[in-house]
Amino acid sequence: MVKSAPAMDEYRAGEAAVALSTDEVSRFADLLKGHGDRLTDLWTEEVARTLRGRLSQAELQRQTAELQRAFASAASAGAQDLGAEAASELRALLSELTISRARQGFTSTETAVSVYALKDAMLKILEEGETADGSTLRDYVAFSGFVDRAALYTFDAFVRAREELIADQAEQLLELSTPVVKLWEGVVAVPLVGTLDSARAQVVMERLLQTLVDTGSPYAIIDITGVPAVDTQVAQHILKTVVAARLMGADCIISGIRPQIAQTIVALGIEFGDIATKASLADALRHVLKITGSQKLER
Amino acid sequence: MTERIEVTADQDVVRVRQLVRTVAVGVNLSLVDQTKLVTAASELARNTLVYGGGGTVEIGQVQNGRRAGIRIVFTDRGPGIADVELALTDGYTTGGGLGLGLSGARRLVDEFDIDTAVGQGTSITVTKWCR
Amino acid sequence: MDRVPILKIGDVLLVSIQIDMEDHVALQLQEDLAERIVVTGCHGVVIDISALDIVDSFVGRTLATIASISRVLDAETVVVGMRPAVAITLVELGLSLPGIRTALNVELGMDLLVQERMLVPMNDGDDESHD
Repeated sequence: MVKSAPAMDEYRAGEAAVALSTDEVSRFADLLKGHGDRLTDLWTEEVARTLRGRLSQAELQRQTAELQRAFASAASAGAQDLGAEAASELRALLSELTISRARQGFTSTETAVSVYALKDAMLKILEEGETADGSTLRDYVAFSGFVDRAALYTFDAFVRAREELIADQAEQLLELSTPVVKLWEGVVAVPLVGTLDSARAQVVMERLLQTLVDTGSPYAIIDITGVPAVDTQVAQHILKTVVAARLMGADCIISGIRPQIAQTIVALGIEFGDIATKASLADALRHVLKITGSQKLER
Repeated sequence: MTERIEVTADQDVVRVRQLVRTVAVGVNLSLVDQTKLVTAASELARNTLVYGGGGTVEIGQVQNGRRAGIRIVFTDRGPGIADVELALTDGYTTGGGLGLGLSGARRLVDEFDIDTAVGQGTSITVTKWCR
Repeated sequence: MDRVPILKIGDVLLVSIQIDMEDHVALQLQEDLAERIVVTGCHGVVIDISALDIVDSFVGRTLATIASISRVLDAETVVVGMRPAVAITLVELGLSLPGIRTALNVELGMDLLVQERMLVPMNDGDDESHD
């Protein structure tokens, strides 16, 4: 499923140069519809050659016919360039085609070439026509411009799809590397590992807070044994997380503070105020159990 | 394309919150960013009502290359703010309370512009971009 | 006018805010609660804000005021169910809700009140609802 397709705005700019005139658009539509099947056959033949059997003939024929119909409707509806409103279905189809081809392992070039092949098919038809003259050639050049834009569109769609995939994977990676563990009744632990940049810190903060709600745990132990260095930014993020947790009705203990980190914290003048800090996760857990234990005794 | 809400009563502040939320969802702002923006909008819309004597709020989608965002303009024909610097300082308030109006709202958005003069009313424009 | 319902559960008054409150509704809640505390003689108030997707400075002030008024009337208040996005926004806004106890949910809120105040534990036959 395509989440996003290249923005129409980007196509508007620079379109003016290659836009078809209204007459050309209607001749384009006539060509596409008038020679329907023959055009599809020629087109399919061209594409089949480049794809070398990786797609069944029937499937290829179906895809090509569908594309042709889309070009034809866009042209009949008066789309003078690919960015036109009338061409929106064509753009959607091009995006879909790119995604499915990409999934099947075809390169972006192969997909683009499949679109370019329409030009060869059109040329053949025009040459076979009775009046193959200067005006035919001009028409061909104009139609080609439109088809070129369509092929370039598939390149863009391909890049977008890859970028979305990478972004998704990055997010998953982020989630995997910040596990939140339930240690005991009412206590969760977040072992932070690796460098904590702004983006990661946000994700960690949100996940921790959500887990507090989901598990109803009033205590969280943030273990920073695996964090190589703590600078003011990291400390700020941790502090914000603790303040947010407290606003929600939970409390945090920070554990895993190595001697060097302790020195850095003091040197930077970072105040952890009344936030409990312990050397190890075990100490932190013991601390929490003592608090909750004594709470139970009071009842 | 912008939507406009006349703010003349309590319920309009709620309408502003709800509309901003809808637009924010439409633009795919993350949940935390949505919350920040709606909260800022609530603060500023209320200011427009309470200090500005009523006014308008315009909400629109904006584009910055590939990034989408939301821009909201709060306008009133009230007394204007005499000392903007002071008003933007943390903890400042004329209305009694926790006094975090403008400076707080500013922290919740990406861009914050204020255009005001005594006797000329106030116009505040805020923008929040998708990450 | 919308009024936020107040439920009596044993020695505790439970308020569950389900709507996006207009400012005057929040103020009305403040009044209604004060009255109910006196009339029922309850010593605990639990305000459930889990349905609120934003808490701005006005709501924050109102909650703080409710807590103060309740204390004067010999009742302790706990605000429960704050959403993570709301908490994160409040931190950014610089709003600290001074003097307000919080808990993750109604159950933990009740536990807190029982612990703190040695409240009379809930009896099943003692509930009454108020509109």
